[in-house]
Amino acid sequence: MINFQYARADSVADAVRQIAAAPTAKFIAGGTNLIDLMKEGVERPARLIDITHLPLKDVTETAGGGLKIGALVPNSDLAYHPAVEKRYPLLASAILAGASQQLRNMASTGGNLLQRTRCVYFYDVATPCNKREPGAGCSAIDGVNRQHAILGHSAACIATHPSDMCVALAMLEAKVHVTGPSGERVIAFADFHRLPGDTPQRDTNLEPDEIIMAVELPAQGFAANYTYLKLRDRLSYAFALVSVAVGMELAGGVIRDARFALGGVAHKPWRDPQAEAVLQRQRPEEETFRRAADTLLRNARGFKHNAFKIELARRALVRALAQAARGTPQSQADKKIA
Amino acid sequence: MARTVRAVMEAEPTAPAPEKLTVTLVINGRETRLSVAPWTTLLDTLRDRLALTGTKKGCDHGQCGACTVLVDGRRINSCLTLAVMKDGAQVTTIEGLAKDGALHPLQQAFIDHDAFQCGYCTPGQICSAAGLIAEGKAKTVDEIRELMSGNICRCGAYVNIVAAIQQAMGKA
Ligand SMILES: Cc1cc2nc3c(=O)[nH]c(=O)nc-3n(C[C@H](O)[C@H](O)[C@H](O)COP(=O)(O)OP(=O)(O)OC[C@H]3O[C@@H](n4cnc5c(N)ncnc54)[C@H](O)[C@@H]3O)c2cc1C
Ligand code: SF4
Ligand code: FES
Ligand code: FES
Repeated sequence: MINFQYARADSVADAVRQIAAAPTAKFIAGGTNLIDLMKEGVERPARLIDITHLPLKDVTETAGGGLKIGALVPNSDLAYHPAVEKRYPLLASAILAGASQQLRNMASTGGNLLQRTRCVYFYDVATPCNKREPGAGCSAIDGVNRQHAILGHSAACIATHPSDMCVALAMLEAKVHVTGPSGERVIAFADFHRLPGDTPQRDTNLEPDEIIMAVELPAQGFAANYTYLKLRDRLSYAFALVSVAVGMELAGGVIRDARFALGGVAHKPWRDPQAEAVLQRQRPEEETFRRAADTLLRNARGFKHNAFKIELARRALVRALAQAARGTPQSQADKKIA
Repeated sequence: MARTVRAVMEAEPTAPAPEKLTVTLVINGRETRLSVAPWTTLLDTLRDRLALTGTKKGCDHGQCGACTVLVDGRRINSCLTLAVMKDGAQVTTIEGLAKDGALHPLQQAFIDHDAFQCGYCTPGQICSAAGLIAEGKAKTVDEIRELMSGNICRCGAYVNIVAAIQQAMGKA
């Protein structure tokens, strides 16, 4: 691994002061993404600022009936938190669908949001990559692109965001609380991650000198009708080819509200209000689900190795909507897809 | 090893001079003070500095689970953990599981069920299973398999590994 200096932050203000003073420094939390990328030479910070001693480890109730999750709450603790299991089972399910228990024990809430793409060319410093080195070119567009995007990609980058947890947070319309040199601000989840455009080097709208403090969940958790369906090359411990998070509210046999987000298909968790609108005030029937899927994928475009994902996403969404409507969410242990 | 040496040589000319930091780790119940460079992983500390080579290096990237140890009772991948970040922590490795000359129930169960072939993944499997039992979330066979999925066995001893864990859980 590269050489670097190590410092501990003893307060949030100290962390922000340290990062603002050293532009080549990076925060480290669980380290499960950053250390991996440093071993590959993709990330080369001159200094690591250890934030794991900051008091950002609590899950608290908000005045609005939601939950505020500290940035350092480990992914496993969050998935097994009683309030999350009961009121936000979709979030618990999505977290447990990702990585392994060892990694979830290490990974933090904030770090999960900022994990970088698993595009193999991004990881391989011997190949051109616009995300790693702006202007170098994209090796994936004409290369091995099975894991890559079918929606929202650009001529500069076709990478996907790899997180499962973030797909659930996008559907739940979480908010990200951050602090920087000029104070605190709150970022809506939809505005947190970015599409690649011509600046694929920027994954998010977080500034380099800002720290994530917490993720806030609104009261609506869709605990009765939800699912997280993740499809991948092996049944566990693999990143999504396509994943779908659904939340639905039914009344009198009609869909009162339905939201869905897709993972593995774009540079950020993918929401589409026009496709969601197809479901409003409709009966939960397969025909309607198909129309929503057609709308969702109207502008999808695949590449040599991933064009199959368009049909896979269509079927995954139809299946996930049916699971949510029936109130039979996908189990993350028994892998049969009902 | 070659990779580490190359990476150090390639480091930018402005890279800071290696600066060692003192950490205290309680490893298998024994308090150990040592000075480590910031970039030394817990895995390399255990194997190269403390000669605790029971913990294995498979992938060095969090992808196989061979390096699994317990830190403050929780299973983690020691290859993605910096030793300097664990100052004061309790670390349990495969060497620390047997007590007073008696094998840990998981070690005995792995033998009883022939839950390995080459044995390379075994220390990680056993430490991971110890973490799984402490978590108390796995009730069914499906749940054991899912929550053990962070430990790859190249020899494919999975069926016997699950049986061994069931025995240790008092279920077989
Ligand atoms: C083998 C493997 C398989 C995996 N499989 C999956 C999977 O299937 N699904 C999935 O979703 N994920 C998966 N992951 C990724 C894992 O979820 C992430 O690596 C993890 O969530 C990152 O969190 P961390 O705390 O370890 O981040 P770190 O590695 O510590 O940090 C990541 C980035 O976030 C920054 N950062 C961290 N915390 C903050 C903060 N509070 N404020 C500002 N910046 C911060 C760091 O500077 C760094 O740039 C996998 C990882 C591995 C190694
Ligand atoms: S898809 Fe994006 S991350 Fe992958 S090589 Fe192209 S520019 Fe780099
Ligand atoms: S050596 Fe740590 S997970 Fe493979
Ligand atoms: S016994 Fe050989 S890798 Fe598991």
